[in-house]
Amino acid sequence: MKNQYLSYFFILIFIVACSPSISPVDDGLEKQILHYGNGTEPQGLDPHIVTGVPEHHLLISMCEGLTIANPKGGENLPGVAESWQISEDGKTYTFFLNKAAKWSNGDQLVAEDFVWSWERILTPSLGSQYPDMLYYLEGAADFHQSKISDFSLVGVKAINEHVLEVQLNNPTPFFIKLLSHYSTYPVHKKTVLQHGTIDDRNGQWTRPGNFVCNGPMNLKTWELNKQIIVEKNPTYWDAQNVKLNQIIFYPVSNESTEDRMFRAGQLHVTNVVPLEKCPVYIEAKNPNLKIEPYMGTYFYRVNTLHPVLKDKKIRQALAYALNRTQIVEKVSKCGQQAAYSFTPPGSAGYEPETEVPFNPELARSLLAEAGYEGGKNFPMLEILFNTQEGHRKIALAVQQMWQENLGISVQLVNQDWKVYLAREMTGDFQISRAGWIGDYEDPNTFLDTLRPNRGNNKTGWENKEYDRLVELANKTGDQTKRYEYLNEAEKILIDEMPIIPIYTYVRQYQLSSDVKGWYPNLLDSHHPKFIYLER
Amino acid sequence: MLQVILKRIAIAIPVILVVASVTFFLVRMAPGGPFDAEKVVPPQVMKNLNAVYNLDAPLIIQYRDYMFNLIQGDFGPSFRYPGRSVTEMIFTGLPVTFELAFYAIIVAMIIGILAGVVAAVKRNTVLDYIPMTIAMIGICMPTFLLGPLLVLYFGIHLEVLPVSGWDSLAGDKILPSITLGAAYAAYIARLSRGGMLETLSQDYIRTARAKGLPEYQVIIKHALQGGLVPVVSFLGPATAGLIGGSFVVETIFQIPGLGRFYVEAAFNRDYTMILGTTIFFSTLIIFFNLLSDIAVLLMNPRARSEA
Repeated sequence: MKNQYLSYFFILIFIVACSPSISPVDDGLEKQILHYGNGTEPQGLDPHIVTGVPEHHLLISMCEGLTIANPKGGENLPGVAESWQISEDGKTYTFFLNKAAKWSNGDQLVAEDFVWSWERILTPSLGSQYPDMLYYLEGAADFHQSKISDFSLVGVKAINEHVLEVQLNNPTPFFIKLLSHYSTYPVHKKTVLQHGTIDDRNGQWTRPGNFVCNGPMNLKTWELNKQIIVEKNPTYWDAQNVKLNQIIFYPVSNESTEDRMFRAGQLHVTNVVPLEKCPVYIEAKNPNLKIEPYMGTYFYRVNTLHPVLKDKKIRQALAYALNRTQIVEKVSKCGQQAAYSFTPPGSAGYEPETEVPFNPELARSLLAEAGYEGGKNFPMLEILFNTQEGHRKIALAVQQMWQENLGISVQLVNQDWKVYLAREMTGDFQISRAGWIGDYEDPNTFLDTLRPNRGNNKTGWENKEYDRLVELANKTGDQTKRYEYLNEAEKILIDEMPIIPIYTYVRQYQLSSDVKGWYPNLLDSHHPKFIYLER
Repeated sequence: MLQVILKRIAIAIPVILVVASVTFFLVRMAPGGPFDAEKVVPPQVMKNLNAVYNLDAPLIIQYRDYMFNLIQGDFGPSFRYPGRSVTEMIFTGLPVTFELAFYAIIVAMIIGILAGVVAAVKRNTVLDYIPMTIAMIGICMPTFLLGPLLVLYFGIHLEVLPVSGWDSLAGDKILPSITLGAAYAAYIARLSRGGMLETLSQDYIRTARAKGLPEYQVIIKHALQGGLVPVVSFLGPATAGLIGGSFVVETIFQIPGLGRFYVEAAFNRDYTMILGTTIFFSTLIIFFNLLSDIAVLLMNPRARSEA
């Protein structure tokens, strides 16, 4: 009996010793440390090399471009540029840099830093995946495609230390918005060259201790697959308004693990909510659950070069046979909005005037007109999707709707992510699930992708009138006129239906009520200088 | 014995080279490449990327270059993480995976051997049936079920242990070690029971008992050495399995180990990382098998004389 009590005692000691005295979230509140669930391990921290959302979260905290995204949505706010002027023809931008802007090592940030940095991202041998963000500059595309080798012919120059002039090909009303994207950020020339050449992808300048940038936070530690800690940068021009002392980014790729971490007080904000938990949290009115509009569209891509799917009537029949409301309410079940256009409504004030009716009767008559009365003799249709439970559920619902409403047979083809991508890219598909997230808040980021010869088109669809309208929109500086052109283009797109919109994405995640200064916005961009912790 | 070891090493080298060659061509046969993404990059950019990583050279030249570098111990740069070499990534994740595997094997051995020995000594009693039933459940229960169950109970319901992390919060190594060790504990329990039962029926045990030794001394001093030989044989592959198979536990508990790199490399088509980790794990498996064979030779005189 004595031994039994002794064992109980040891178990008790063990449990007490192991109990964390204070959770990271409570501790963070006291010390202004934000614990951030950041999806996957970032590829790196070089703004000219990386692509992806986790990298975006890290880079907006550590570096800054000429402008920053407005956390409440709308027009961009001053970043390194404290003001700017646009010429009457809308093609010349003059940026006046903030004289207090400094690098994290204390060096003065000057206009020449932007010129060198933009030369770097446009250098072909760097192999950057985002050079086209600067293709709007005069000569930029030619320089990147090695048609010219003299960078002074590219439309960017330093007038003096604090004035930068940019020359564009066309008036590009969304140009200011592009400048908050990390691909346009400056990098510290001396540091980059100290650890490699201008086109060195593998330079060590992004390692803790070497890293120099100009954002509100600076890199402190980076433990692979564990965490990245950034701390307040005292040399930042607006440091007095930065309230957070640290942000700890956790690369938690498993959604369920992230959910448990949030519930146990280890995270202030999660990257996502597990698919199966979303309806449960909605039902339970979980106050931490956030469902906010997001600039992305979930759609089905149609291979218009396929012998059957090249017929517009068939594509329309497929689109009209889908009950989108049912898909978002009964299948995806996490606040998504049924989509009737490619561009999400409300993107920078743009409202698409398109409609995609759910009309099985009309769909059947279109199919009959195409020669497949009641779906008779229609070949087996394949829906290609990458492995994910959410995609499978939607594909099942679509399969059922097409079978019921059109009488056609549909087969689901589930592939590993890279196989799926390879099949899409080589046109080895009939219908494939797809998603598109805007890089900046403007309809151009959507509609431009479906122009001919755009790599992201992948449908084989070409329409001269559509191309002309998007091109016209890109050349005009008048926003009202521009949106009219884009709306006309969008109507052609939805009539031709090379893509079948399903729903508009929402951002679903969990956020602790301690986090203040965090506002919903279409690009899901939360600049750390506005965020603080308070209970 | 030295001869046996040298012979095994001589066999191991060509095995590793074959593994490297087969893996090299297999990963290249898989559809999709390291730079394929939902947002397609312009052809010019893809051309530049391929040139940076020597992917524009003929496959056989790439193979020659890779093998040449490999012989010099260079696994190359990671395609997914610019600026990181595969060697650096392996040696970043390895200590964590080793530590996790070490704790898991300790958990497995303590629970497994104790349960197995008790079950063998108390054969056909409740003390035999209960541990062996639990062992059977342990073998059948996958770690992706056991891990979250432990987390929900100890981490979220009782709030006594952290739900994730490694070396971040007090006690964050306990649940992953138990989760990973549990299935192996169950195997060890069954193996040690079997080994002990066989040993306990040997003549030298009867002699020990006839000499009047107390039962605990008979078991600890005489029976254990022979009874645990199957367990020791199992420890080599088990350790290699623990190191290579810790991916699920590393994911559930957010542990920055090598297993996560390995699996993610396959999904990302990070060619050099897949090759590097495969070659590294193959070498480890060969090494641990060799170690367990040496241990068996040392423990078992009959095996020694046969060798």
